[in-house]
Amino acid sequence: MQTSITNSTTRYGWGTIILHWLIALIFIGQFALGFVMVRLTSQRTAFELIQLHKSFGFLLLGLIILRIAWRLGNAAPALPRSVGILERRAAPLAHFALYAFQLALPLSGWALVSVSMLEIPSLPFNLFIMPNLPLAESDGAESFWAAAHWYLAYAGMALVAVHVAAALRHHFQLRDGVLTRMITPLSGDSAE
Amino acid sequence: MFARILGFAAVAACLATPVSAAVALGDAAGSYSISPANSSIHFSIGKVGGGGLNGTFARFKGSIRIDNSDVGRSQVNFTIFPESVGTGQGRIDAFLRSDAVFDAANSPEIQFRSTGVTRTSDTTALVTGRLTARGKTFPEKFTAELGGLKAGTIKFHVTGKVLRSRYGMDVGTPIYSNVVDFDMMLTGKRG
Repeated sequence: MQTSITNSTTRYGWGTIILHWLIALIFIGQFALGFVMVRLTSQRTAFELIQLHKSFGFLLLGLIILRIAWRLGNAAPALPRSVGILERRAAPLAHFALYAFQLALPLSGWALVSVSMLEIPSLPFNLFIMPNLPLAESDGAESFWAAAHWYLAYAGMALVAVHVAAALRHHFQLRDGVLTRMITPLSGDSAE
Repeated sequence: MFARILGFAAVAACLATPVSAAVALGDAAGSYSISPANSSIHFSIGKVGGGGLNGTFARFKGSIRIDNSDVGRSQVNFTIFPESVGTGQGRIDAFLRSDAVFDAANSPEIQFRSTGVTRTSDTTALVTGRLTARGKTFPEKFTAELGGLKAGTIKFHVTGKVLRSRYGMDVGTPIYSNVVDFDMMLTGKRG
């Protein structure tokens, strides 16, 4: 069998599969972390979790840029022939929107950190200083980006829920290979 | 701070020429209380990438007793009320007052009690003592520089570095330095 790092027209390669699940894990974990960190009574724990959230946010930003580059440089496997015209048109839009949210969320968080009057530096995983975006600090700008980050997070999670529901429908109801081909390249042939 | 005060007193005493030393010492000797209106306590904590967190304590009290025969036996006691911390940013002040840092509700006082004063130059002295914050006590030292002595008023410029991690206040490291730089201008009035 040929190397299965890259995609082919019939299956996803390991590059796509690993990036997909790694990003999925961080993306959902970031939502949970963000939800919890702003509801804690311990300001110390809140501070530490916010720094962790920032660290994973920058990691996510790097991974999603890699993911998009990988997507643009790789073939995308075709949908099974059984997929109807409506879903055939909706799926790429949904996937485009997912990429957009994955980019917008860390960027809006970065903007929020950059404009905050608290001026807390970003030191991802205590490894290096991440500079701020060149945006003016103000309480108004901080409120704006906090709200934007919040709405993007909930809308993004709603889209993830739709994405997961669609994948589960393909696996359990339609019984095609749309979900399994994102788990291992070996199931690619069955996607047709 | 106390140390600084003691140091100042010691310095003041030492500044006098040999022939008038006894008189100068006698002039400086005595008990002083810190006048908050004419004093300030500033602190600074560096952060990665440059800059730092700067703040002040608005409320504090203290006393200086300068021994007229042995400056080394002088005594400085100082109390800071961390509830009065101010950085110009309300959210940071609330964070500092919370149990993340000072826990001002349960530990309303930060205390310094000097254990020794050593003259280091004509106008400076090293004040050693025990600093207590959040129930933890460690030896600390401050440098005191005499700023003036006249008409029952003594002024000291006190500086020193304190490691906040020792007092259970290490939150934010390494983004924010563990070292807190203190810079105090203290005015004592005899009485």
